[in-house]
Amino acid sequence: MVSIFEMLDRKKVLVSDGAWGTFLVQKGLKPGECPELWNVEHPYSVADIARAYAEAGSDMVSTNSFGGTRLKLAHFGLEPRAGELNEAAARLTRETISPDKAVFASMGPTGKILMMGDVSEEDVYEAFREQALALERGGADALCVETMTALDEAAIAVRAAKQNTPLPVICTFTFDQIGEGQYRTMMGVSPADMAAEIVAAGADIIGTNCGQGPEQMVGIVEQLRAAAPDTPIMVQANAGLPVRHGDVDVFPETPERMASFVPALVKAGARIVGGCCGTTPDHIRAIAAAAKKLG
Amino acid sequence: MADLLEQIAICIERGKVNKNSPYPPDLKGQDGADELVKQALDQGIAPDDVLGKGLTVGMGRVGQKFSENKVFVPDLLMAAKAMSAGMAHLKPAFESGQAHHKGTFVIGTVQGDLHDIGKNLVAMVVEGGGWKVVDLGVDVSAEKFLAAVKKNPGAAVGLSALLTTTMVNMEKTVRLLKEQAPGTRVIVGGAPLTAEFAKKVGADGYSPDPQGAIKFLAA
Repeated sequence: MVSIFEMLDRKKVLVSDGAWGTFLVQKGLKPGECPELWNVEHPYSVADIARAYAEAGSDMVSTNSFGGTRLKLAHFGLEPRAGELNEAAARLTRETISPDKAVFASMGPTGKILMMGDVSEEDVYEAFREQALALERGGADALCVETMTALDEAAIAVRAAKQNTPLPVICTFTFDQIGEGQYRTMMGVSPADMAAEIVAAGADIIGTNCGQGPEQMVGIVEQLRAAAPDTPIMVQANAGLPVRHGDVDVFPETPERMASFVPALVKAGARIVGGCCGTTPDHIRAIAAAAKKLG
Repeated sequence: MADLLEQIAICIERGKVNKNSPYPPDLKGQDGADELVKQALDQGIAPDDVLGKGLTVGMGRVGQKFSENKVFVPDLLMAAKAMSAGMAHLKPAFESGQAHHKGTFVIGTVQGDLHDIGKNLVAMVVEGGGWKVVDLGVDVSAEKFLAAVKKNPGAAVGLSALLTTTMVNMEKTVRLLKEQAPGTRVIVGGAPLTAEFAKKVGADGYSPDPQGAIKFLAA
């Protein structure tokens, strides 16, 4: 098993991977299809994504399990298969990438808002517990609770992962810029509040992902760093917001421009840098080259 | 009377559901939307005034603050909860024709897309603005939108999408509505959308937030 902490001791900047969702669509995932079902029905296509990122220079590669809680899978009537689909997700990445690279397994939001009473805290905990255990069985080296906007849901996910597996837990939130130097999630959570609550919930690594693009991430990382000086920080930005060109949507940030933010992100406090929606192996290659220059 | 209606507006704006609700803390123990709307109707205030000068005023304020990033999703959700507590007392008046909606708004997330948080927020705010809302849910086909418009003649339509891969289905829906139900006004919204995209797919309006939908409907 690979230790993310030992990797952090060895290298100044670790490179994670890029988008999975937009990559799957490129490989033929249809609107309305369940992405996680591809782990058993199109395993070679899913493995291709993991391989592409490993070859591009990722030190750690994610899994196709973002929507893998039973609460999300229920949209497709697949909740009885949550264990199987998540285990397959982790196994695919583990068996595809070399043993010295880490598998950090994706755990995305349930899509439910706790304060509305759609679901109970117990149901959310149980859904994340089941997912975390399945990802561990499949060979995950770390768990990554990502794209979160609500403190209650994210803290439950982190606790469910920490209390039921021995794996390190990463937790990243999605912030929007609402003014000069001001960032909030759609639920109104600031980077400082997030850092305090999520570290208290037990996260080993915190950070930010998705969002409006790499530019705003520098300010977010600075605020996370100030609130949690001792916790490693991870950043995975979108390649900007999609722009429509004719009939296709294009993410505007080029690999070169994304990579140009790496020194500023590292200076602000980031230890792990990768990408989110719209980023490709080319983006990761450029980010890895920029990270290497920093030593 | 003006005082009572203003108090109702404050309850909606602040998300004060009823007397027992602990939220917001500074209004603890005071009457909420539930009690105050009942009092207003008992005092003989016209249902249309309770709606138009009380409830929707509060919803308009919180919607405006939301569009200015001064409040966030949880505040909007609490306001909607207070709104529905007040609206429950108005239901008989709507049924008997004593209270009137401003019109009908058909809303749904387009085909292939299962995301409903944004769509639900818009539905809540528009309903709080005094409109009858027909919520078709998620993964709604162009044909289903058309059927709902045929059933509710004159209704305006709202299309939602969160995914860059499904927002293309908006175009198909707008085209079908414009062909088969000419004159239907369509507004689109969702995180990856822009005004430019809305124009390209033939929509009449675009808004990045629920309050923009209210303005579109009022125009």
